Amino acid sequence: MLIGRVVGNLVATQKDSQLEGAKLLLVQPLDLEGKDRGGAVLAIDGADAGPGDRVLLVQEGRAAQLVLGKGVAAVDAAVVGVVDSVDLGR
Amino acid sequence: MLLAKVVGTVVCTRKDEALAGRKLLVIQPISTDHTPQGKPLVAVDSVGAGAFEEVFYVRGREASFPFLPSEVPADAAIVGIVDQISISTGA
Repeated sequence: MLIGRVVGNLVATQKDSQLEGAKLLLVQPLDLEGKDRGGAVLAIDGADAGPGDRVLLVQEGRAAQLVLGKGVAAVDAAVVGVVDSVDLGR
Repeated sequence: MLLAKVVGTVVCTRKDEALAGRKLLVIQPISTDHTPQGKPLVAVDSVGAGAFEEVFYVRGREASFPFLPSEVPADAAIVGIVDQISISTGA
């Protein structure tokens, strides 16, 4: 998983039927210093996250399908947690 | 599976319910000579790993397998703690 920041959400009227009712978030992955790490990705929300939240992002199909809870579905990324703190022991 | 070193912990109160009670660790992938290789990531712990231990982890769909029958939405999981590695040279 990666730590990321929710930078927006996305609304799509026309979409795969399995995605109906799913909240789509635009998540910018971050490095441990909090700087951007690559480009933003679209992920379904499994943790009631919103813009500005620091979140835990999974980028794997089966994990995203588990979050969506509709069996096999066309998803490959999901937010699975809202990060309270990261302790790097330094 | 890949080698890594545990470098931190992550706390999430609000999370997918299948992640409740699971330990989330920040790991830095390392090479066989213990030097960092690539970028750090967050993995779910399945073996009781702790700070600064060397571990090995799996990525992808297989990362949810250690927690079966609970279906944990993970894409990286720590599946072992390294006691010792011997590397044969010129074998």
